[in-house]
Amino acid sequence: MAFREYKIGARMFGLAFGTSMFITLYMPAVDIANVSVTATGLHRQLSFGRMGGFGYEDPLLTGVNKPVSVILKTDPKSGSPMEATRAYVYEAGVPFPNGLRHPRILGKGPGELSASKGKIAESSETTGAVFVVREVEMNGEMVPYIENATAVRGWNPSDTMQKVSEADRFQIGKGKIMFVREGCWWCHTLLPEETQDWQYFGAPPMLGDFNGENPTAFGSDRKAPDLTHVGSRNSSREWMTLHFFNPRMVQPHSIMPRYDYLWGDVDANGNKINYSAWYASYDEYSAGKRVYPPEVPEPAKDSEARSLIDFVLNLK
Amino acid sequence: MFKYLFAKNEDIPAGSAAVYFGYSSIMWFIVGTGLGSFNAAKLAFPDFVYGIELLSFGHMRQVHVLAVILGWISMAFAMAMMYITPALGNTKLWSERMGVWNCFLWNVGLALGLFLLWMGVTSGREYSDLPWFIDLVVIFGVLFPLALNVWMTIKTRRTQGIYTTNWFFGAATFMVMIVFLVGNSPEFFSLTGLTEAYLTWWFAHNVLGLWITPVAAAISYYIVPKVTGNPLYSHRIGHLHFWSVVVFYSTPAAHHLMSAPLPEWLKSFASVEGVLILVPAIAFVSNLLLTMTGKWKMFVENVEIKFTISGVLMAIPLNMQGGFQQTRAINWYIHGTGWIVAHAHLALLGFSTFLEAAAVYYGLQTLLRRKLYSLALANFHFWMLLIGFTTYWTSMTIAGLIQGAGKIYEVPYIDVVIAEHPYMIARWVGGTMVFLGNCVWLYNMWMTARAGTVIPAGRLPHELAYER
Repeated sequence: MAFREYKIGARMFGLAFGTSMFITLYMPAVDIANVSVTATGLHRQLSFGRMGGFGYEDPLLTGVNKPVSVILKTDPKSGSPMEATRAYVYEAGVPFPNGLRHPRILGKGPGELSASKGKIAESSETTGAVFVVREVEMNGEMVPYIENATAVRGWNPSDTMQKVSEADRFQIGKGKIMFVREGCWWCHTLLPEETQDWQYFGAPPMLGDFNGENPTAFGSDRKAPDLTHVGSRNSSREWMTLHFFNPRMVQPHSIMPRYDYLWGDVDANGNKINYSAWYASYDEYSAGKRVYPPEVPEPAKDSEARSLIDFVLNLK
Repeated sequence: MFKYLFAKNEDIPAGSAAVYFGYSSIMWFIVGTGLGSFNAAKLAFPDFVYGIELLSFGHMRQVHVLAVILGWISMAFAMAMMYITPALGNTKLWSERMGVWNCFLWNVGLALGLFLLWMGVTSGREYSDLPWFIDLVVIFGVLFPLALNVWMTIKTRRTQGIYTTNWFFGAATFMVMIVFLVGNSPEFFSLTGLTEAYLTWWFAHNVLGLWITPVAAAISYYIVPKVTGNPLYSHRIGHLHFWSVVVFYSTPAAHHLMSAPLPEWLKSFASVEGVLILVPAIAFVSNLLLTMTGKWKMFVENVEIKFTISGVLMAIPLNMQGGFQQTRAINWYIHGTGWIVAHAHLALLGFSTFLEAAAVYYGLQTLLRRKLYSLALANFHFWMLLIGFTTYWTSMTIAGLIQGAGKIYEVPYIDVVIAEHPYMIARWVGGTMVFLGNCVWLYNMWMTARAGTVIPAGRLPHELAYER
């Protein structure tokens, strides 16, 4: 390497490559880091929890250590009825999403409000907490923030869970893990395009809609409808149940795989699911030997299928 | 292989590491294309397999992609580097033992990583799906030893200058480590939101632009002059190619997210830089095609040139698509459709695979000192790859255009699925042809090692006549 031209060449390489990395890494990172989170972004990260892919708290992606989203109709502390409120219950030990601890993720307005009015610094993973998304007007704009309802209103996780019926609990955090693990995003995108999808798949997301979310799992190769607003288009739990168990039951031309294996061994009533019998009757039905298809079992409340359906129904 | 892991460096025959890498790459190619064919069958016939989580599309799609990129393509690159770098420096590989260890750890690490991915242990990020501890194994156990061997072999060369191929090898091994380190930082540091999304595509773009494309091109810079006997048409155009890869190809990562809410300046910048990809592309293609002057009959007669020049010619549509499909004028129509899948396969299965196949064909014959076992089987392999790939590319391009039309005319999505069905079957047929061709290739190369005609000292493989 004794030649002068290689010394010059190496320096030029460093300069060229360094400049390109400065423009494509540093400049966008600074720009994106200045974006404040939107209310959608707060709801997303609070419902998903800390990581949606491989992480310490859930290395095998089974959906443990995730928050539960609930709809509260009575105040967990006083027991008096109140307006339906969406709350995110983090039981003791469940890791908080990154936005709660990281100094920059929430952005300026929501970050300051979450600290001053929302008291998020008083929350603790060891005792758990209940979070709510609130909005206040600041300089003529509605600014969303996270309220640590455990500190502000005295709602602790176990009381809150007791006040919520089974129908008002959504395992969205676990469902996001299933969405990532089962590769739903290889075909269903989570990103309506800015140019084309307004009419069909709904409004494309805003800049601050993803702060605190990992992975975003936008998907790139759309072989199936975009799911960002699917819960607004179709809110039927029955339809979703049939569709996940065997998509051809509700859409004969669908090429989606059957996700019946996410039901596990038993259904919601504790009865063992006999898959081979189900397949046999379904084959008879598709061959025209039966009038009706076999009954699809209702997924057990701790099954993976239930959480995935919860996740999809809450993509609104 | 195992006996050389603990042997003294001087006791290991020169070229052993390259031979192990060569055969490993062919085997991973069979695994990767086999998985591709299996997955394509599921898209054409959704009830082909069901009820088994590990055989589901969502668990196997990413295994196909990474088996091909990190198994076939990258191992073929390592093979090429381990015999071309010393040959161009008139020296031996810096450390043959490290090369053998590199191959061993690569196979073990990749098998482990792909197994975990298959089980569903994923980071949820396309192309950088491997969980972060496997990424660390890839960076420090696989890419760094390879880079060190390449750099030290270039440093200890016994020639005065450094040939074009070795600039690319030296720079690309450095850049790919940066790409892996920075591109996986969302996992190392739990980065979130648009930063995570952008870095996912920053990785995906640069692993192609700074690793696969330049190294594949560098291989052909060696194979074409070596086999035809013509000198490279222009060293200067080689310079243009190299520097424009570093300056232009490293910048348009954001064009993969043209419809995402990224800052507008970033998308516009990426789009303009994306068109400038045509600079290295045109420099590369023209340089290689002009090097062929007077030797075009070898395009028909010689297996290595047939593969290499086919790959170089496929770089023309590849870069024409790549340069323009990411501009806003075109991207709105084809974004997220099968068109992009066709384009990705044109890059990896068309352009790049044909160049690497030539390097593996040529390298194994040179290193084993054995003439290729069967020309007929090699031609069969070539045509299975070419026809299989063309079937795949054509069907997916048409499917993509249908999907794009469905998107802008707001056709109910299920009608798009119905319209795409015949093309999904064609894609499966094309992919299966590639897989079968590769099985024949492994047999041919296996028989070459066992029964190929011995090449006398001082002769090159293509100087001998084929016996079968």
